[in-house]
Amino acid sequence: MSAILPIVLDNLSARLGGRPVLDGLNATLSRPNVTAVIGPNGAGKSVLLRVVDGLVPADGGAVRFGLRPTQSVRRALVFQKPALVRASVARNVGLALIPARLGSSEVRDRVEAALRKVGLADRAGDPAGKLSGGEQQRLALARAAVTEPELLLLDEPTANLDPGATEEIEELVAAMARAGTKVVLVSHNLGQVARIADDVLVLWKGRAVEHGAVDRVLANPRTPEARAYINGELPWTSFAAVS
Amino acid sequence: MLDTIVSAFALIGRLDGDVLSIAALSLRVSVCAVLCGGLIGVPLGALVAVVRMPGRGAVIAVLNAFMGLPAVVVGLVVYLLLSRSGPLGAAGLLFTPSAMIIAQTILITPLMAALTRQLVEDADRELGEQLRSLRLTATQRARILAFDARFSLAVVVLAAFGRAVSEVGAVLVVGGNIAGHTRTMTTAISLETQKGDLPLALALGFVLIAIVLAVNAAASGLRWHAMRAYG
Ligand SMILES: Nc1ncnc2c1ncn2[C@@H]1O[C@H](COP(=O)(O)OP(=O)(O)OP(=O)(O)O)[C@@H](O)[C@H]1O
Ligand SMILES: [Mg+2]
Repeated sequence: MSAILPIVLDNLSARLGGRPVLDGLNATLSRPNVTAVIGPNGAGKSVLLRVVDGLVPADGGAVRFGLRPTQSVRRALVFQKPALVRASVARNVGLALIPARLGSSEVRDRVEAALRKVGLADRAGDPAGKLSGGEQQRLALARAAVTEPELLLLDEPTANLDPGATEEIEELVAAMARAGTKVVLVSHNLGQVARIADDVLVLWKGRAVEHGAVDRVLANPRTPEARAYINGELPWTSFAAVS
Repeated sequence: MLDTIVSAFALIGRLDGDVLSIAALSLRVSVCAVLCGGLIGVPLGALVAVVRMPGRGAVIAVLNAFMGLPAVVVGLVVYLLLSRSGPLGAAGLLFTPSAMIIAQTILITPLMAALTRQLVEDADRELGEQLRSLRLTATQRARILAFDARFSLAVVVLAAFGRAVSEVGAVLVVGGNIAGHTRTMTTAISLETQKGDLPLALALGFVLIAIVLAVNAAASGLRWHAMRAYG
């Protein structure tokens, strides 16, 4: 199968609740590794991930993945709040494999491998609800990873986590990206963006106002909107450390 | 009045074979009806909760309205279906426990479906988007969401059992209250009351309440244990 890159967001628009939430969004993601999507609350970041995942249909425009038919692209979306079923940790991961129709022994092996990757192998039999917030987030990541997605969409995966748990997640994401998974990460944590992203897409009122290499965009945003968001988010001191 | 209650307890103390077999039949009929109703109603309700289709609102309205079906009317309809000249008359089921199970199943299936629909829809609000993102089909999502809501569904089963075991209209019409054959707790109570044997009616009433309480207690215990494990 050919590559899913470049991912072309072609004049995307989406209306929700009678309002335009994505409003002629254009961007081309041509680099492998991690693309960060940043922008103020309500800019449309989460909706963009849903559209790219295929959960929400675009009202206009299209998402294209290289030369691949959209349906053939294995995508996984990790929501900001891990949505877990009242079942064991392993069962939650196994849910993601139902559509693949694998034999039960293969499911078991793959679930175990995914849990090992996120450090939850010894918790496989525990009820998912008993995990801590960070562990639940890692479980959500394992559930996404178990299908070996070509594109991993992450919506603020560390929003409620302590620095240690955040670092664990970042390492996992970076490792998946190194292993060849294209990652699109929504984050308000610009330190995190600087640590794991390669390029940054800045959203503003449903449009992409800026897109460029992470160092350049964070240090020297060109549009007033990106400058306002980045400067508002990142005090000058740590900003200097990033650049 | 006091006399009646005292002799009622005295009768329970003796718990003769007749009372036991009547209680056993009541239990058997209602448990079977809950099983059948659950096998139909729970998947139906779960599917209605996740499938977006035209006419869905009407289906939900019908289910909700049928939750309150009058038992005696259900009995009458089943009677007409099963009577010798009815479309299913050849089966010869009228005035048998099977007829009572059929009637109670029809009585509680909409109840189970409507309550399940509500519970699964609530679970869908929490999990639906995630499950759709995993590319699961509607049937798969319905099954997983019903599983997720299983502790609440236990209450649906209890409600259905309560309704079935305590109704008198349907079993009376299709069962005929034949002693030793189709006499249940409720039909026996109504008969003994009419005959004026109030102590016996009351004793049967106590036994019926005890059955309902025991089933509820057992189910609550199970549910509590399971919920402690899965949160
Ligand atoms: N299902 C929906 N129905 C109606 N409006 C919606 C829906 N989902 C999102 N919106 C609206 O779309 C806009 C963009 O929402 P979105 O969740 O994408 O923002 P965001 O950029 O992710 O913000 P945040 O940083 O707060 O997560 C918001 O104004 C929101 O109210
Ligand atoms: Mg968001």
